[in-house]
Amino acid sequence: MKKAIVTVVGLDTVGIIARVCTYLAENSCNILDISQTITGGYFNMMLITDYGKSEKSFAVIREELKSLGEGIGVEIHVQREELFEKMHRI
Amino acid sequence: MINITEVIETNNMIQRENFDVRTITMGISLLDCIDSDLDAMCAKIRRKILSRAGRLKETGDEIGAEFGVPIVNKRISVTPIALIGGSACSSGQDFVRIAETLDECAQNVGVNFIGGFSALVLEGMTPADELLIRSIPEALARTERVCSSVVVGSTKQGIDMDAVRLMGEVILSCAEKTKDADGLGCAKLVVLCNAPDDNPFMAGAFHGVTMPDTVINVGVSGPGVVKAAAEECAGADFETLCEMIKRTAFKITRVGQLVAQEASKRLGYPFGIVDLSLAPTPAVGDSVADILKEFGLEQPGAPGTTAALAVLNDQVKKGGLMASSFVGGLSGAFIPVSEDEGMIKAVEAGALTIEKLEAMTCVCSVGLDMIAIPGDTPASSISGIIADEMALGMINQKTTAVRVIPVPGKKVGDMVTFGGLLGYAPVMAVNPFDCSRFIARGGRIPAPVHSFKN
Repeated sequence: MKKAIVTVVGLDTVGIIARVCTYLAENSCNILDISQTITGGYFNMMLITDYGKSEKSFAVIREELKSLGEGIGVEIHVQREELFEKMHRI
Repeated sequence: MINITEVIETNNMIQRENFDVRTITMGISLLDCIDSDLDAMCAKIRRKILSRAGRLKETGDEIGAEFGVPIVNKRISVTPIALIGGSACSSGQDFVRIAETLDECAQNVGVNFIGGFSALVLEGMTPADELLIRSIPEALARTERVCSSVVVGSTKQGIDMDAVRLMGEVILSCAEKTKDADGLGCAKLVVLCNAPDDNPFMAGAFHGVTMPDTVINVGVSGPGVVKAAAEECAGADFETLCEMIKRTAFKITRVGQLVAQEASKRLGYPFGIVDLSLAPTPAVGDSVADILKEFGLEQPGAPGTTAALAVLNDQVKKGGLMASSFVGGLSGAFIPVSEDEGMIKAVEAGALTIEKLEAMTCVCSVGLDMIAIPGDTPASSISGIIADEMALGMINQKTTAVRVIPVPGKKVGDMVTFGGLLGYAPVMAVNPFDCSRFIARGGRIPAPVHSFKN
């Protein structure tokens, strides 16, 4: 299993989660966890995905999600999960 | 599983608080490049560095993109060149040739600095050491990316005062040779006491002779993150403040450890150490001085500054030590003047003097760093400043260093710009009283009594 954290930050609008999830599904990335909050009109979403079965490399997924975000006016970052594990778990 | 609060916290550190991995420094031993023929040796050095560090920059960028943490610099440190060049170099010019070779290699592999144009002269200079030291001004004037350091003392061995005297002259001459760039050469030259072999931060980085052939060291930074943590403790007591900084230091050191392990795996060379040093940059929000202000000081330099810095330095080390089994280098807080916007303002406001900075170096991770002084400062006074700082390190069993820039033609209060990460600084006053008879004595200062731990 190869886990990545996808974060989406931007102005709230209809269909943000749908677009991101559709992209992940089309690229065989399983979603393991998903949560979102809206603070001050800003949409904050985090999801954990397993990209181990995807045919696309991490770098390609990262770039494609980034441009998907630009298309709908939100910022999408994809980072490997180890970063957060290391920082927040002993 | 990781939750959204943790993810937001990490990404805030990166996006808003300037958290970064400051450098991946590859240490490369050049001991196997020694040759009595200078051309042959330079060719061997070139081959070795290119073969080891060819993929360093690319790998660093890849790792940075995958974790979403900027890896700002990729650098190289090599075995002190005075140890390598002895049999091939019969003049200072020969050593300059080696510096040019290193510069060319750094440029080829795309690293911004290469450290190790260095000599270790703790108890005296060999002819090669002296040739190299005397060639430093020319070497730094003719190269762009080479950094130089001279280790002149340690707690175990005392201080070589002949070298201290010589370094006063070398620093002046280095400034003179780069006077068109306001003495920029001196920003790449540091004099050290108790230098660690595995320091990934320039200008004092070199690859110690006790190290493996090639090693990956990582330096992490994040003054902005620590400042943000301190903001959350406004008005709280010291115990609360210390706990908060320790936790923050732990978190950022863990990232350094992760990056170091990943780089080591991908490049195929062992991981050495992680160095968590709060290294400021001239960017707004990336300042150690601002942390001290957040602690409750109007300006760094105010009474209480040394205590505040001691608290900061110690908590950073404690948090770091828990986060990685191999914490090394200098780990703590750097207090360079020209590279820290808050320090620059404190000098301009008249709050900070060289004397106060000297006191602060007793408790920070390194020493008097990136301080511009008047160009007409006598060599003996520069040697005096070095001697004071080396004595602090020797007696207190800590690393200390001096990186001062006597700016040609500039007077106290004038502003000097070095550019980029090196920043800008107001010229600071040096005590005008003379120490030339003290420096002229030469010889060695014996190791202090507490060096005898055998």
